[in-house]
Amino acid sequence: MSKERLLNHLYALGRLLAVVLTTFLGLLLVTFLIGRVVPIDPVLAVVGDKASPEVYERARIAMGLHLPLWKQFFIYLQNVLSGNLGTSVLTARPVLEDILRVFPATIELAVTGTFLGVIIGVPLGVLSAVYRGSIIDHITRVIGLFGYSLPIFWLGLMGLMILYANLDLLPGPGRVDMFYEDIVTPVTGLMLVDSLLAKEYDIFKNALSHLILPASLLGYYSMAYLSRMTRSFMIEQLRQEYIITARVKGVAEWKVVWGHALGNCAIPLITVIALSFGGLLEGSVLTETVFAWPGLGLYLTNSLLNADMNSVLGSTIVVGAIFLSINLFSDFLYKVMDPRAR
Amino acid sequence: MTQIPLLTVENLNVTFPSPKGDVQAVRQVSFSMSNEKLGIVGESGSGKSVTGRSVLKLLPSYADVAADRMEFKGQDLRNRSEKEMRQIRGEEISMVMQDPKYSLNPVRTVGRQIDEAYCTHRKVSRKEAKERTLEMLDAVKIRNPKRVYNLYPHEVSGGMGQRIMIAMMLIPEPSLMIADEPTSALDVTVQMQVLAILDDLVTQRGMGLIFISHDLELVASFCDRVIIMYGGRVMEICEARNLKASSHPYTRGLLNCLPKINGSDEYLPILERDEAWHSDQFSVSDRSAQ
Repeated sequence: MSKERLLNHLYALGRLLAVVLTTFLGLLLVTFLIGRVVPIDPVLAVVGDKASPEVYERARIAMGLHLPLWKQFFIYLQNVLSGNLGTSVLTARPVLEDILRVFPATIELAVTGTFLGVIIGVPLGVLSAVYRGSIIDHITRVIGLFGYSLPIFWLGLMGLMILYANLDLLPGPGRVDMFYEDIVTPVTGLMLVDSLLAKEYDIFKNALSHLILPASLLGYYSMAYLSRMTRSFMIEQLRQEYIITARVKGVAEWKVVWGHALGNCAIPLITVIALSFGGLLEGSVLTETVFAWPGLGLYLTNSLLNADMNSVLGSTIVVGAIFLSINLFSDFLYKVMDPRAR
Repeated sequence: MTQIPLLTVENLNVTFPSPKGDVQAVRQVSFSMSNEKLGIVGESGSGKSVTGRSVLKLLPSYADVAADRMEFKGQDLRNRSEKEMRQIRGEEISMVMQDPKYSLNPVRTVGRQIDEAYCTHRKVSRKEAKERTLEMLDAVKIRNPKRVYNLYPHEVSGGMGQRIMIAMMLIPEPSLMIADEPTSALDVTVQMQVLAILDDLVTQRGMGLIFISHDLELVASFCDRVIIMYGGRVMEICEARNLKASSHPYTRGLLNCLPKINGSDEYLPILERDEAWHSDQFSVSDRSAQ
């Protein structure tokens, strides 16, 4: 019995690994091909347009671009798997190092955004499911609709114009005021955590005030999505018989709704929250550009505008890999949380 | 039977609004019961379950429920608030539903769900609640209560699930149990077993039982009195042992539809419904002792 179970687990694990590896390989193939297809000459980007043909040719051979495509892909694969994403033309540093430096800023933003989205979106969704057709349901729907349809860069610019330029309630773009930059030594890379670790409470406050607007905007998008999903999950669960059972037992209505019904929604919600978090990482390109937030999105944008292909592809791989791991993680949580899937 | 009846319902009407006009699910249903086993039988949609649920006031909020009288132990249930009803639900009146597959919360352990039923009405410690739950699981003849306590609903069989439901609904010791087709979703072989347990526990505790079913034979043998319903109306109320001898045309029709193992009839007769049964004037014939 236990041996059989172990085998089953191993089989499931093996299947999972196969899926993940295939997906990752596909991702690498796509990024590699994009790198070869774009009309940007990687050699020219390195040697500059004043180099002589001999120098150009030497650089081309040094970069392995004279080899057949499949050989190039093999070398690329070897490099990526050993953590070598190439060197950034823009910063003249290894791409991986660059990404590790800028990524925490994106994480900080996306985590805060998702957190806001969950703590507001889920309760709103529950309430609009319980009071279906009521005023709160309609308000949530309208707010959600705005969240879906307004482009984030427009909202970001509007927010900056009103709250920063006109009312001066919040600080402008960036992670901290210029004055505070580079004071805190990065430990985790997360400004809020690092400033607390360094006991620089003024910087913490400043970083928090910088974070509020972009995080709220991301949170707004996440909330719009989560409240709609929560609403439909809840409506489905509230129809179930076990809800009547709980009521027959005399259980208080708030426990029926927030305990029994939401408890059953928690499982599909995890997947949705994970997807929304992944979406925020992707969406960071626009937000970070508007707010001059020095994260992966801004790095990607800058690299793209400067034809720095190594950085662009490296960032793409990292975002893809993270998306993959988030999905993997949510699948794992699903298995842990749902007694029927164990 | 001179003491206050356990439950009295007079002229109960339940209407559900729908885009195609109102649906009258229950019309002028009246009955009264003491600590006995009262069966309610009828076809699908005859208003059996709605009658049961309106006693617990558990119909959806859009349902329009009206009655001249609805008294439980002499207390009027009609103007009870939700909060007051919660004191009655579980504690005084409880209900077992059709299929344990759907009526148990799939993500909570069986033990935790039974504990909740007990703790909602009693101020007890976790340990005490667990002890009571294990006793109760034992009372519904579950062989290894400690193991079952930690199981999830999908890990138990249908018959066991229904016994768990019964344990959960009896743990606060209510005086009235509504069993809404408690054996319809079960395998025939475990039906009798579950019924025997239900019967035992209800008789032991001297409770009232409303047994909703569409199984005439079962109700005739299991209950004390039977209400026959059709189209939301009570067709007749009679002693269960006299059911087979009923002279009411609808009841006769239902009885005739039952196939007999040794019957010589090649065709079962088709139930003939009389339009007059739908009219308000059609009187309820109460041939029972009351």
